[in-house]
Amino acid sequence: MNNVYIYILIMALTIFAIRVLPLTLIRKKIKNKILRSFLFYVPYVTLAVMTFPAIIYATSSIWSGVAALITGVVLSYIGVSLFGVAVSSCVVVFVIELIMKFI
Amino acid sequence: MDNKFWYKKGLKDGIPIALGYFAVALTLGIAAEKAGLTAFQTFIATGTTLASAGGYAGINVIASMGGYFEMFLTMLIVNARYLLMSCALSQKISPKTSTLHRMAIAFGITDEIFGISSVVSGYLNPFYSYGAMTVAIPGWASGAALGAILGNILPASVMSALGVGIFGMFLAIIIPPAKENKVIMGGIIASFVLSFLFYNLPIIANNISSGMQVIILTVVIALSLAILFPVKEEDADE
Repeated sequence: MNNVYIYILIMALTIFAIRVLPLTLIRKKIKNKILRSFLFYVPYVTLAVMTFPAIIYATSSIWSGVAALITGVVLSYIGVSLFGVAVSSCVVVFVIELIMKFI
Repeated sequence: MDNKFWYKKGLKDGIPIALGYFAVALTLGIAAEKAGLTAFQTFIATGTTLASAGGYAGINVIASMGGYFEMFLTMLIVNARYLLMSCALSQKISPKTSTLHRMAIAFGITDEIFGISSVVSGYLNPFYSYGAMTVAIPGWASGAALGAILGNILPASVMSALGVGIFGMFLAIIIPPAKENKVIMGGIIASFVLSFLFYNLPIIANNISSGMQVIILTVVIALSLAILFPVKEEDADE
């Protein structure tokens, strides 16, 4: 059984190293095009991978999860704020699961 | 005096960020509780990492009892964007800024604090970042700790609903840029499809942990995009 505090220490130190090294060491711009592009795409890809299919399996029913996904995509697309999208997804899941209890 | 001005300005601009963090961190805290972390551990983990995707990925590793090296690799990949932000901020601060100030600013590089810090006029005064961090960090860590506590108390229906909040937030981060950029849009769709396949193919799902799947998919997809569609200088600056 691994120790939770060691996990946390690894998390904190690794993240700090990522944040601190460029700011303290690199004084020039990164020139390598592929590396720059890779770093540019990473956040979108990693968040997408973590969101789907996890979102449809995160709730009590797969259908409320699908509804949350659709809600999130549509609201984000029309420009609703981060906070608004997060709350709306939660509300949709709650309402749909409430309705499903009565069907 | 100048430092005091910037600190106060940072505090003020940090308040909406802190409120948003608090709500989003609640759902992260719920995930932490599910993974077996106590409220105290959640508070420490979120307060020292200040990362939504990174925190969530880390909790996944803990939940699946992954190895320490897997945790290290996951953090490296999932938080790689902070490397880019840190590079960008290094151009934004005065060359005279001491190493200690650089380290302190670096600790607070999140999507949102980076966002407000990189648009101030002229060089970034470190105290502006400190002001924002003063309200945003407690907002983030206390929200997560409360989520971990409520995770034990709230009824299953509410928990089920709150659990998708973090994914809603992730969507709100990735979808708007995809509207403007077709490559990002394609990358997100490819990520969804491949991630779905990985999740449902028994040979992969049974042999590769979910944290490792995230690393493999991210590196393969992002690198493919970088090679096929390298970005122009300006695109990568945001």
